[in-house]
Amino acid sequence: MSKVRLLVGTRKGAFVMTADGKRDKWKISGPHFAGWEIYHMKGSKVNPDRIYASQTSGWFGQVMQRSDDGGKTWEAVGNKFVYEGETGTHQWYDGTPHPWEFKRVWHLEPSLTEAETVYAGAEDAALFVSKDSGQNWTELRGLRGHGTGPKWQPGAGGMCLHTVILDPKDPERMFIAISAAGAFRTDDGGATWKPINKGLHSQYIPDPTAEVGHCVHHIAMHEARPGVLFMQKHWDVMRSDDAGENWTEVSGNLPTDFGFVIDVHAHEPETLYVVPIKSDSEHFPMEGALRVFRSRTGGNEWEALTKGLPQKDCYVNVLRDAMSVDRMDECGVYFGTTGGQVYVSPDGGESWNAVAEHLPAVLSVEVQTLA
Amino acid sequence: MSLVRVEIPYHLRTLAGVRGEIALDVAGAVSIQSVLDALEAEYPMLEGTIRDHGTLRRRDFLRFFVCGDDWSHEPTDKPLPEVIATGKETLLIIGAIAGGD
Repeated sequence: MSKVRLLVGTRKGAFVMTADGKRDKWKISGPHFAGWEIYHMKGSKVNPDRIYASQTSGWFGQVMQRSDDGGKTWEAVGNKFVYEGETGTHQWYDGTPHPWEFKRVWHLEPSLTEAETVYAGAEDAALFVSKDSGQNWTELRGLRGHGTGPKWQPGAGGMCLHTVILDPKDPERMFIAISAAGAFRTDDGGATWKPINKGLHSQYIPDPTAEVGHCVHHIAMHEARPGVLFMQKHWDVMRSDDAGENWTEVSGNLPTDFGFVIDVHAHEPETLYVVPIKSDSEHFPMEGALRVFRSRTGGNEWEALTKGLPQKDCYVNVLRDAMSVDRMDECGVYFGTTGGQVYVSPDGGESWNAVAEHLPAVLSVEVQTLA
Repeated sequence: MSLVRVEIPYHLRTLAGVRGEIALDVAGAVSIQSVLDALEAEYPMLEGTIRDHGTLRRRDFLRFFVCGDDWSHEPTDKPLPEVIATGKETLLIIGAIAGGD
């Protein structure tokens, strides 16, 4: 492994950033798709030069892009996302039934084994799959159709399916998360799904321990231990050791357990990273100090990582898909902010440097570790 | 076959890889619907960006202007004026000035 490629989606375009293994000098290309919101970009592990991008606009709707040369050139592919069968309803903000309406793709997850297969998590919440490199999309209707769909409702950012995790050891198993419905798992390749929210406690919903209705912000997994999941919920950092069947809180000594991102060190499955945010009313770091918190014990015991990060007058947010880790020998950690900064730590969080400081608000950050 | 001139918003010109107006051969009666059919056939990446897939409803923040008049709420199969059908005037597809960030 000798270099990394960072895929940064922002409110006003996409940026592709590359560096060698030292990760101290960066070449930045972009903005690609200037002026459009790029919710997410992600490369295929089978063919790393194949990258998918979700390009959206309030005016022009959803466009999907694919690059086959590592982000140098792009081709618009299929953007037809149609809910399968009877559309059905979910709950609206006021609790009334509201029909599903496609708005945008929040997250793209390329298959771990097939370069032509990619999953798309959508708003209103649904999971789509393409098996022809993004040209045609089909809904995996078992998710919306398993029974709890009418109880799902949008969070403040919309009713989005924002997390898709593929089990590297079991091709039939996938995890997804929806705001505000919760986490779900399939064990049969997406045909049937079950809610996996036991142990979550959300005091802001009518039944705090309901089967669905939880505002899960993000989930992370280490590929060597696919049965262990870590979750940043609206409030609370959670952990499951049985593939989501049961969750326990591991917020421990965090100064606040509200936040959006969570990720796992590439080589240490018990080392986690979160960025605590003050509250659901004030989406910025506490005391104007941007701090990443790391746990080396799988949660509960957390330490602040601050070297190189602004420690005063900083009032940015770090959104749910805006953290990633590379697989270099010394694991790099990356995150982007709504203030347009992208930070890298080439030493597992000990110190941080700004890759870029004046981008549009960052929506997503993914990193590829390349040979 | 009619040669119709269409102007689309900047971001859609970028997406389609075109500059300036687009000239389209439109078969049969010239209406907003037939012009959009011809536009999407020539530039498939524009499908879904002006009108929704499936319902073919105009996207909320786009408008159709014909000879200075707003045709956004006219039936899409209503014949367009002769000056549009003959390419003397341009069908304008305009993005709303809707603020944003």
